[in-house]
Amino acid sequence: MQFWENITTFFSAENYTLFVVSLGSGILCFAAGVVGTFTYLRKRALIGDVISHSVLPGVAIAFMLTGVKNPIYFLTGAIISGLLSIWIVDFVQAKSKLKPDTILALTLSVFFGVGIVLLTRIQHSGVAAQSGLDSFLFGQAASMGIFDVKLFSAIAVINIICITVFLRGFSLVSFDEHYAKGLGFNISILKSFLALITVITVAIGVQAVGVVLMAALLITPAAGARFLTNSIPKMLAFAGLFGFLSGLIGVFISYSGTGMPTGPWIVVVLSIFALIAILFGKKKGVFARMRLRKSNNVKINNENVLKDIYKLADKGNNTISVQDLIEKEKHSLSKLKSTLNRLEATDYIDQVRGLVILSDKGRIAAREVIRKHRLWEIYLSKYFQLDEDHLHDDAEGIEHVITPEIEKELIKLLDRPKTDPHQSEIPY
Amino acid sequence: MSDTIIEAHNLTVLYGRKPALWNVDFELPKKKVIGIMGPNGSGKSTLLKSIMGVVEPTSGFTKIYNQELDQVRDRVSYVPQRQEIDWDFPASVWDIVSMGRFQKRGLFKKLTGEDKDIITDSLQKVNMLGYAKRQISQLSGGQQQRVFLARAIAQQGDLFLMDEPFAGVDIATEEMIISLLKDMKDAGKTLVIVHHDLHTAQSYFDHLVLLNTRLIACGPTNEVFTDQILTDTYGGRLTTISKISQELENKEFPIRHK
Repeated sequence: MQFWENITTFFSAENYTLFVVSLGSGILCFAAGVVGTFTYLRKRALIGDVISHSVLPGVAIAFMLTGVKNPIYFLTGAIISGLLSIWIVDFVQAKSKLKPDTILALTLSVFFGVGIVLLTRIQHSGVAAQSGLDSFLFGQAASMGIFDVKLFSAIAVINIICITVFLRGFSLVSFDEHYAKGLGFNISILKSFLALITVITVAIGVQAVGVVLMAALLITPAAGARFLTNSIPKMLAFAGLFGFLSGLIGVFISYSGTGMPTGPWIVVVLSIFALIAILFGKKKGVFARMRLRKSNNVKINNENVLKDIYKLADKGNNTISVQDLIEKEKHSLSKLKSTLNRLEATDYIDQVRGLVILSDKGRIAAREVIRKHRLWEIYLSKYFQLDEDHLHDDAEGIEHVITPEIEKELIKLLDRPKTDPHQSEIPY
Repeated sequence: MSDTIIEAHNLTVLYGRKPALWNVDFELPKKKVIGIMGPNGSGKSTLLKSIMGVVEPTSGFTKIYNQELDQVRDRVSYVPQRQEIDWDFPASVWDIVSMGRFQKRGLFKKLTGEDKDIITDSLQKVNMLGYAKRQISQLSGGQQQRVFLARAIAQQGDLFLMDEPFAGVDIATEEMIISLLKDMKDAGKTLVIVHHDLHTAQSYFDHLVLLNTRLIACGPTNEVFTDQILTDTYGGRLTTISKISQELENKEFPIRHK
């Protein structure tokens, strides 16, 4: 009941603060998810972490210089030190022999360390206005105001416009920088522009979720979205949607309990979204792959049994019983029976009083498997110098994998052979 | 010389302090299939990349049609090394080949019906039209190479620079590429190909550039494909030059400046 009450309050927008915070978080996470898609595609996931930790000294210096807590000053400081961190990473990478991961780790730690030192100094200086600066560490979404929501909306709109306009350029640079450069495009402008909107998004988001969790908002939506689609525009849409929903739901959960932090909950929800995508993705998901493996096993069983029936019938055995099949290849009875029933249901065989009869369709299918098996044996013996007694086992596995196109190629390559290396005829 | 398509003059490229190319100087003729050969790390890819402006030369220059690259870029198609790319990128075969039209259309203009015809035609030339909608992550090595080739063809240039197009591809693809190269040559194109297989060099190329950081030889295949030159390229003296570049790298010696 408490839950439903929470839900009603949540959506009735009666509670103004809650409305502002959830909307703000949703929009921020949307903006981060969209721009983070390209961070992910350029394999710069760790860069997100570097930027978010590196904004800290910028914020501290902005406060030290101005002495006031003005979000615009903070933002400016954060953007400058974020950009500086990226520039240092690129510069050191171009000029030294250090490995990229070393450079990223060093830059992150140095900036973060300096940031912490400066923050501590400010706290000890006894300036009254300093309270709350440490919210940059872990974020303080709950204190979000209408100004923040406007700011987040602005960056979300900027991100959408930039990415729509530069979609071709950003995709090209993410796929192959060298080729893009070879075409004559100014890739350093494209890359800097992408870096700029990423840094601005991070600098704005850090105030809400903190430096530690900001990187997750960039990368997690894209990582999940990648499992759902193979197109960049769709990936952007999914990543934005994941971000937006996680913002809303995360705020709702933290609001439902007392004293539960908002930023961490957003990240937890985001991770759950990503996990669901990884498990249930239509083609690349874990379960989709399991289903594929299972259907492959079914195919292998079907084809093996068909082949056995055909071979027995070919030897002149007109009354093939289930027992004959068990003796031939040592199938287990239960597995064989379910395979036979499946084959009967799809009209490959008929079963009459414990006897098994191949239909025309079944005969064609069986000949196809045997043909592929023997073609593969010839291919192996011709191109791999395998001994004759090694051919069969290999072909037992590969016969199920050969597609009609590959079979055509094999026949062409081998010049439509009549018999296999064991002098068995190839059924065309 | 009107017959020259690419001229490299005193071309030197340093990676850090290590020379990848050193004082390379040559001229390449038009309408030929030209092989760039040399052992691993001899600067073959670097040569292609500096002709394409992907790598900035430390000193020296290259010219194409006796002009700066930027003036003739639309006539040059570049086929990067397949292995340098992450093929698990979310894109279809069609998406990749479309990139060949971006030079003409720029970053913002939509592709036209004419572009689509050109893309279709390019895919057909490499026998990959049936795979247009296929995800690039599902392609075999040979198919990936064909896609890159189609992309270069879609650029409609008349100079093709290809980085190891035969590396790790199946026989059928290799044969297909070779017959395609012959057709392209007959149509008046010039093809410059980084290659590492010595056995096929004589039958594939009209002209050879033999590299080992320095230029060892450049000329018609029947003139430069000699035992002496091959030994110079692949054996013997190469240890001396690699020792020198090691010294340069380790001991901070000053080297040439622009």
